[in-house]
Amino acid sequence: MNGFLTVLGHDVGLAYRQGGAALLAVAFFVVVVTLFPLGVGPESEILARISAGVVWTAALLAALLSLDRMFQADLEDGSLDLLAMSPVPMAAVVLAKCAAHWITTGLPLIVAAPVLAILMQMPIEGLPVLLASMLLGTPALSLLGGIGAALTAGIRRGGVLLSLLVLPLYIPVLIFAVAAVDASIGGLAARPHLLLLAAVTLVSSVIAPIAGAAAIRLALE
Amino acid sequence: MNVMHRFANPTRFLRLARVIQPWSMAVALVAIVAGLVWGLVYAPVDYQQGDTVRIMFVHVPAAWMALFIYGIMAVASAVGLIWRHAVADLAAKASAPIGAAFTVICLVTGSLWGQPMWGTWWVWDARLTSMLILLFLYIGYMALWQAFDDPQKAARAAAILALVGTINLPIIKFSVDWWNTLHQPASVLTLAGPKIHASLLWPLLFMAIGFKAYFISVLMIRMRSELAARRIRGLRLAYAAADTGR
Repeated sequence: MNGFLTVLGHDVGLAYRQGGAALLAVAFFVVVVTLFPLGVGPESEILARISAGVVWTAALLAALLSLDRMFQADLEDGSLDLLAMSPVPMAAVVLAKCAAHWITTGLPLIVAAPVLAILMQMPIEGLPVLLASMLLGTPALSLLGGIGAALTAGIRRGGVLLSLLVLPLYIPVLIFAVAAVDASIGGLAARPHLLLLAAVTLVSSVIAPIAGAAAIRLALE
Repeated sequence: MNVMHRFANPTRFLRLARVIQPWSMAVALVAIVAGLVWGLVYAPVDYQQGDTVRIMFVHVPAAWMALFIYGIMAVASAVGLIWRHAVADLAAKASAPIGAAFTVICLVTGSLWGQPMWGTWWVWDARLTSMLILLFLYIGYMALWQAFDDPQKAARAAAILALVGTINLPIIKFSVDWWNTLHQPASVLTLAGPKIHASLLWPLLFMAIGFKAYFISVLMIRMRSELAARRIRGLRLAYAAADTGR
């Protein structure tokens, strides 16, 4: 637990001091969401219809942006070797890094999401469920992204391959989250979709540390 | 278990492959020809769909193969990861393109079937979307193999990816039961037994056996070439080492 908190605190502090991680993700989020009304046209009905999907897709892509930095920097300067040699289990290290990614990227996205949803003409009824789906779903994005980041750590041009590996795993998160928001806008129950989304997050919280630890040990050889 | 460890020796495996290959090719040829003739010519027409139902005899076995091959890939990856079984790693690597090809065949034939039947080339329902995800998983798997310089590292990374993606298989299988989809629900592999008539079931089974035998033949060919490529790489490295040690 101590090791987990140390790595978590270290990564969050580093991101905070280097600055720009959260701001970059939010800026990208805003830009991508802005592209859609410009591309699709400003009719409110169409925008309202696609608002949930657009906000979530943009959040997905924004979360993807900072993923390759998760392990790359530590691999290059040798701190990952030190962490591997320490008594902290590698699975805890991976979990801590995913948590740090969520705190530095996921949380800012959650804060920015309602504003952007309103820009996309989302009906007010959808906003609470949008927030709930983002709270439940963005940890899954960080966890599944952590698997991809661990697998591609140390590969040349790993960033592009990372997107290819991680996006198929992201698709269920996207589907359930958008289904939840659309259900609440339409007056139907959002609970089943939110529960499935929570299930995806819980399963990935088990799989990601195990797979990530195996991949990191591989990258360190 | 003993058998598995016996065939970790590439030379012994190559001998087995050389024996299996002509037989599996023969079975594939006979079964596919029989299945196609039976299915495309002699099987009865559907009362609603007419002759277009005959696409089923290619589409359904291809879909079965896409899932089956991913399963084989996952098992081979697990064996390679747990026991450092070199031949198992290469078996997984060799089956991926075959699986991807069958997935593409399934999606394309399904699309060709959907146009006259459903009036659309594609629909974003659970079954089709999860098959598309399977295709992306195959492509990502093949890309990960290419991304590493060291083949042993590539094998283990790809094995981890294959195992993580295995969660998609039950989702595909049960997607038509769990969601209200346009795609037809399970008719052959259900708990109550097959729901389709024997006159349609038999050609389907022939095609399934033929496709499986085809997969085995192509797998043997690919594995022989993978093992040969690995040997060439070893020879090149030894030559380079001897060269610099001059």
